[in-house]
Amino acid sequence: MLNIKDLHAGVDGKEILQGVDLCINPGEMHAVMGRNGSGKSTLSNVITGKEGYNISKGDILYKNESIIEWPPEKRALAGIFMSFQYPVSMPGVNNTYFLKAALNAKLKNAGEKELDAAGFLKLVKEKLTELNMDTSYLQRAVNEGFSGGEKKRNEILQMLTLEPEIAIMDETDSGLDIDALKIIANGINKYRNSERSFLVITHYQRLLRYLEPDVVHVLIDGKVVRSGGKELALELEEKGYHWLES
Amino acid sequence: MPDEQKIIDSNLEKDYEYGFVTDIESETIPPGLDENVIRTISRKKKEPEWLLDWRLRSYRHWLKKKRPNWANIEYPDIDYQSISYFSAPKKKELSSLDEVDPQLLETYNKLGIPLEEQKMLSGVAVDAVFDSVSIATTFKEELKKAGVIFCSFSEAVQDHPDLVKKYLGTVVPYTDNYFATLNSAVFTDGSFVYIPKGVRCPMELSTYFRINEANTGQFERTLVIADEGSHVSYLEGCTAPMRDENQLHAAVVELVAHKDATIKYSTVQNWYPGHPKTGKGGIYNFVTKRGTCLEQNSRISWTQVETGSAVTWKYPSCILKGDGSVGEFYSVAVTNNKQQADTGTKMIHLGKNTRSTIISKGISAGEGQQTYRGEVKIMKGADQARNFSQCDSILIGDNCGAHTFPYIDVRNPSAQMEHEATTSNIGEDQLFYCNQRGISSENAVSMIVNGFCKEVFNELPMEFAVEATKLMEVTLEGSVG
Repeated sequence: MLNIKDLHAGVDGKEILQGVDLCINPGEMHAVMGRNGSGKSTLSNVITGKEGYNISKGDILYKNESIIEWPPEKRALAGIFMSFQYPVSMPGVNNTYFLKAALNAKLKNAGEKELDAAGFLKLVKEKLTELNMDTSYLQRAVNEGFSGGEKKRNEILQMLTLEPEIAIMDETDSGLDIDALKIIANGINKYRNSERSFLVITHYQRLLRYLEPDVVHVLIDGKVVRSGGKELALELEEKGYHWLES
Repeated sequence: MPDEQKIIDSNLEKDYEYGFVTDIESETIPPGLDENVIRTISRKKKEPEWLLDWRLRSYRHWLKKKRPNWANIEYPDIDYQSISYFSAPKKKELSSLDEVDPQLLETYNKLGIPLEEQKMLSGVAVDAVFDSVSIATTFKEELKKAGVIFCSFSEAVQDHPDLVKKYLGTVVPYTDNYFATLNSAVFTDGSFVYIPKGVRCPMELSTYFRINEANTGQFERTLVIADEGSHVSYLEGCTAPMRDENQLHAAVVELVAHKDATIKYSTVQNWYPGHPKTGKGGIYNFVTKRGTCLEQNSRISWTQVETGSAVTWKYPSCILKGDGSVGEFYSVAVTNNKQQADTGTKMIHLGKNTRSTIISKGISAGEGQQTYRGEVKIMKGADQARNFSQCDSILIGDNCGAHTFPYIDVRNPSAQMEHEATTSNIGEDQLFYCNQRGISSENAVSMIVNGFCKEVFNELPMEFAVEATKLMEVTLEGSVG
């Protein structure tokens, strides 16, 4: 699904990722753990195509195609989704309107019929129920005045609605209380199947306790220094990152 | 009547005296401006003596005035002698849409304007089947039943001279400002509305169904009077791009609201903004719009969406004279490419318990420069007056500018004032967020901008609001990435 090869990338001439290799197969969930400044956010931004990053070496293949020249919306339409660490607010832009525009952009791109208001509402209401969200969400402006938990839930709502093939969860657990964390983990788990892949980026293993990733990678100074099963996350929780530093 | 006829006849005979080789049917008088030109305009329009006098007084006053230079706009001096001040309604008829500039048609399509309306807008002869005249006639009959007068200014001068005489220049005196004074001297036509006592106008008065009527020209004059307890909503302009060979537009709009009356005046202005790179050929729009809330509990509400013109100079204002009267100003202004706009409002509180609200949303893109200029004046007698102002600006790209000049003058200690202002960029983060959801930058910008303008669009009549949303998309096309 996603194959990252010897990726070197940075900002303003400073190389942050220094040769990352990562191969995520369909249906797999990978977790990338690391401290602040290890390059986790750079990795997700580079995969999704955020402006301002420079790739000096290596490649990112999505379904065997190099995507590093693709604009961000093309990557999104192709099925790459990111749940943002800090979702921005858009005053005056109605949540329903935003989500419908996103979904219809995707349907249109796939050559499918776009949904009308009624069809969309029916769909989105099902998703809301799955996430224990009430319909008042739909009347509000995108992320405006949302609490931290509401913002993250809104990200998951978008994921469930847009049905991406690979979802990058960037620090989805930050700022969540335990109840919200469970609801969100539950939403993600329900979305998992043998086709869909995940890249979960996190500081802590507490989210991973509910998600149970197939592979855990440790990122230090822009390099994957260790990969292993889900038990690696527990080990990190216990020992910290020190023992992996060279 | 016979007297009038005599005046007209004697004036007609004077034609040669002034050296104009023009007959009644001729359409345009040669360029240039002097008292004879004004007399000719007045004569051609068969105006009463008092109106000619008023025009001449205006003209003499104008000669003493200087072009105002305080606004934050730049434009070359205008050669007033090169303008032709009278052009009889002349319809350029094309035989089909094939003859219309394809670019114009594309824009019409983007705005979703129906085919028949496209034809009217671009001057194509309209099919007999689609009888716009009969629609207009139906409207007119319904209005007549309600006692509403809605006609061209020229008709009003002929048919309702007393009303015109009573109100003309009472809100915007001919001495008011350079452009209003010029307009008072040379205006050719415009609209006249009178809503009688206690009448709620049965429909939105829109210039739409005047499309096929006279081209009102560059010096438009509008007068709207709402008598006691009446209510009217007036829609001016149109979202379709308006091209005009006249570069200078200096209109005057006067509104008078009597006791308990409400006037809602909505404008969508989309004049040609000029060449995107050079700004060449764009319209200079110098408009004076003002309303007086003459008596108690009257209300005047201005809503404007300004997206066109190379230069916009416009401050729709309210004089809140009656106790408990309310003034409102809701504005969205867009400057893209080389456009410049200096716009805002004045709220003059004279009466007790008067209230005003100002919501101004400015959007600058390209090399656009935009200024909000607003004045709130609370006079001595305006006990318990209240004002709320909110001016927000959004910048797209880093070559444009937004400026805010609020003037506040409070002479009564019981007044309450609130002023909020923000300026922000369309964040890269917002754009990226939309992109990451598969929404293109272009759609993202229009989504963000429309969200930003929502408070104002909500004030527009329904069908205008929908069009305004599309208009923003078309106007800001190509402003990102």
